Amino acid sequence: MTTRKDLTVGEALRTQGISRRGFLKFCAATASMMALPPSSIPAIAAALEKARRPSVIWLSFQECTGCTESLTRSHAPSIEGLIFNVISLDYHHTLQAASGDAAEEARHTAMKENDGKYIVVVDGSIPVKDGGVYSTIAGMTNLEILKETVAGAAAVIAVGSCAAFGGLPAANPNPTGAVSVSELVKDKPVVNIPGCPPIPVVISGVIAHFLTFGLPELDNLGRPKAFYGTSIHDRCYRRPFYDKGLFAETFDDEGAKKGWCLYKLGCKGPTTYNACATMKWNNGTSFPIEAGHGCIGCSEPQFWDAGGFYKALAEPTGNFTTTAGVAVAAGAALGAASGLLNRNKQKQAGAEHETVTADNLEKEQTS
Amino acid sequence: MSHLTDIPVALENLPSTHNVTPLLNEVRHALQALLTTGEATQIDLRSIPLSDRDVAQIQDALGVGEVEIQINALGPSMIKETTFAGVWWVEHRNSSNELTGRYIEITPVPDIVPSAMSDIQDGLERLNRRVE
Repeated sequence: MTTRKDLTVGEALRTQGISRRGFLKFCAATASMMALPPSSIPAIAAALEKARRPSVIWLSFQECTGCTESLTRSHAPSIEGLIFNVISLDYHHTLQAASGDAAEEARHTAMKENDGKYIVVVDGSIPVKDGGVYSTIAGMTNLEILKETVAGAAAVIAVGSCAAFGGLPAANPNPTGAVSVSELVKDKPVVNIPGCPPIPVVISGVIAHFLTFGLPELDNLGRPKAFYGTSIHDRCYRRPFYDKGLFAETFDDEGAKKGWCLYKLGCKGPTTYNACATMKWNNGTSFPIEAGHGCIGCSEPQFWDAGGFYKALAEPTGNFTTTAGVAVAAGAALGAASGLLNRNKQKQAGAEHETVTADNLEKEQTS
Repeated sequence: MSHLTDIPVALENLPSTHNVTPLLNEVRHALQALLTTGEATQIDLRSIPLSDRDVAQIQDALGVGEVEIQINALGPSMIKETTFAGVWWVEHRNSSNELTGRYIEITPVPDIVPSAMSDIQDGLERLNRRVE
């Protein structure tokens, strides 16, 4: 007998009365979610048609539930929702109906039935100080649950900046000894999806990628390159103003009203790698820079300790008005270079726990 | 108030990203490729940084042509041929009417329009049950 769990994704969608046109539309949205070109839609359709529904165990540790909120409050009912219909979410203690022993039993059953094949999603960091006593579930420390659950997993997805990099719980002075998933899990593939919270379609996009083509290509911080391959700055619609040297100096000046670049107001776009500028938030409405506020860099490691949100990364140098033509032509390359420079400043500031201000950078340059 | 679109928000007239002319050139080259090799092209407009003003400018430049098709599958999809035959404006929405995809397709007919053999087979089976 074919149970619901044995269905392929294609079969699961057809049993919900979804036509081929609906399926193609689903695949188009999936391609867009995975940041793949539309020419990949036939390959996605073929792969999704055959893909088995994976068992997913979702572990919530030192977290605020913002990541789960980000996902479950996105378009409803939605294409991402459908991705969740086609997976088998076997354990998620915020969403599941079962509680107590029955909930833990569900986790053990899923692990036993899908040994070596299930996906573990983690949101939240893991406290390791004093034996991990600062966060426990069903009498077990987060550390014990993680070790036990990850043992038979195919892959681990660390959702949110806390799971990916330690996040707020690990912020200085880190009283609970909070660490990221990748600091503990060394023998399984770990995909980091940072953000506070991450963009919902990025979470479902990575799951869709796992279903269709396996694990996505990752950067040096374990992030999928498809979503974290370019900086906010490189894809920002205000970028042409940066290239022309047109900046808002305060939140209510003429530059701010004209939509000029927010770099001098502390925008962390040049050092932040995420898909906000193209994927956007609130069902594709806008993203922080479009709402008039700089990026705070929430998807980067130690963003909380990396200096003030309203302090400029560095004072832009050079004569922008005369070099604008060159800057526009070589825009992406220049952006990447300034990103690297600024990232070093940010890293240094983080290490010394000092803020980098436009003023002291100017002093540095003139001295 | 139960929906995001019910909140009265006036969007600022965002500045242009200067991506309109390069995009129209891409459409031009794709149309040439369709004529010479028969190769179809899809451009995902949401993967390119475009302000609302840019989108309006592209729509103005392409115009509205002879064919308009509405598909109702997982929410409405609107498929319109532009004034340039073979250049289609395609918008997919979910059942809450939220935009899930916006494409320019350069093809004689977008792939999503013709009936699929699997749906035709399914339709025949349903008709057989009804008539027999």
